[in-house]
Amino acid sequence: MIPNNSMLSVDVEKRLGEFTIAVKFEAAGGATALFGPSGAGKSSLVGMIGGLLAPDRGRIALDDTVLFDSAARVNVPAHRRRIGTVFQEGRLFPHMTVARNLDYGRWMSGLPADPAGCERIVELLDIGALLTRRPGRLSGGERQRVAIGRALLMKPRLLLLDEPLASLDRARKLEILPYLARLRDEAKVPMIYVSHQAGEIQRLCSQVVRIEDGRVAASGGLELLDEAQV
Amino acid sequence: MFNLTPEEWTAVELSLRIAIVATLVSLPFGIAIAWLLARKDFWGKALLDGVVHLPLVLPPVVTGYLLLIAFGRKGALGSFLADIGIVFSFRWTGAALACGVMAFPLLVRAIRLSFESIDRRLEDAASTLGATGAWTFLTVTLPLALPGVIAGTVLAFAKALGEFGATITFVSNIPGETQTLSAAIYTLTQVPGGDAAAGRLVIIAIVIALAALIASEWFARRAGMRYHGD
Repeated sequence: MIPNNSMLSVDVEKRLGEFTIAVKFEAAGGATALFGPSGAGKSSLVGMIGGLLAPDRGRIALDDTVLFDSAARVNVPAHRRRIGTVFQEGRLFPHMTVARNLDYGRWMSGLPADPAGCERIVELLDIGALLTRRPGRLSGGERQRVAIGRALLMKPRLLLLDEPLASLDRARKLEILPYLARLRDEAKVPMIYVSHQAGEIQRLCSQVVRIEDGRVAASGGLELLDEAQV
Repeated sequence: MFNLTPEEWTAVELSLRIAIVATLVSLPFGIAIAWLLARKDFWGKALLDGVVHLPLVLPPVVTGYLLLIAFGRKGALGSFLADIGIVFSFRWTGAALACGVMAFPLLVRAIRLSFESIDRRLEDAASTLGATGAWTFLTVTLPLALPGVIAGTVLAFAKALGEFGATITFVSNIPGETQTLSAAIYTLTQVPGGDAAAGRLVIIAIVIALAALIASEWFARRAGMRYHGD
């Protein structure tokens, strides 16, 4: 929202076989899109920000916390980064009910129980009726809403959404997009939204970083979506 | 038919005690080694894998003899352990050790397979939610591997219950101390008029084995149901 108030800064290099990712960008508060075709390296980038994949070289910082710095040999492990991640396939724990999935991040992060906050997010995402079910009995759209709730309830410093709608059909996408918009406006968690769909980004994000072939092709506002031929 | 003599009851009770102790004591080691083999790359991994599987392919007499050399009163480990009050040779504890070693490959194989079949992306999801490696293992990996752990445990129990060659080589065939069901049956078939008693014990062996299989099937199905559906 405030461009000068930079919160996430990324400058990383990673070699994956023949493919090299070398990306440098900064994302201010609000919702920032990482936009680009499949295979551009977006998911690897998500892994590096979340702490699941170590860059070969570079630096990642969130506000004034350094998460990774190859020069200073800093690599904060994923479980201490407090970056809520929503994956394309949801990745809900199949052996836990929805309620326990939702509570997992709070429990593991050692946060005190917060029934009011929990209720607010359950209401925001409209998942109150699902709490006693197991993920195997949820529709694709319901699963993603629970996954978003689970990431939010750990009170993350940043919400990382990696193609959260890509596995859904058009109708389900339209079902979830309004929730994401409400989230951005009401939950006030900064968001990185990874997608190859210009339409989703248009609805949610104010800034765009366009990734192509493992590099930043351009960064700026929503006008980048029109120029892109995806 | 089922009027077992006290000696026969002793053999049944001893067999159950030996098989249960062997299985329960080897279970944590089995889980640890299965996890190492499934998840870690380290120097000597092929060797560890080989050593674990050795009892499966060696003649049981050889395994028993090796145990005798290592854990006998004059054995390298045996004399050390005897000093701190742990004696294996010609004791039921030695029979449990032999049965545990013989059953270990079956235990490790089943658990390793179930670890390998777990979607590791769920473990990644757990770490982004704040779970350390140990918590991820306890709350995600192990519960999801439970059907395999149960199957391996029952298989190991059945193997321990019927083990003969290594046990008789290592701790001999002492009624009331190391004479298990198998050893008692063997002894009875070697004496004139022992057929009826041998037949009784054979039926008991079949009943125990069948009960174990049915129980494991039931546990595994229940565990499986929890993950797929409600």
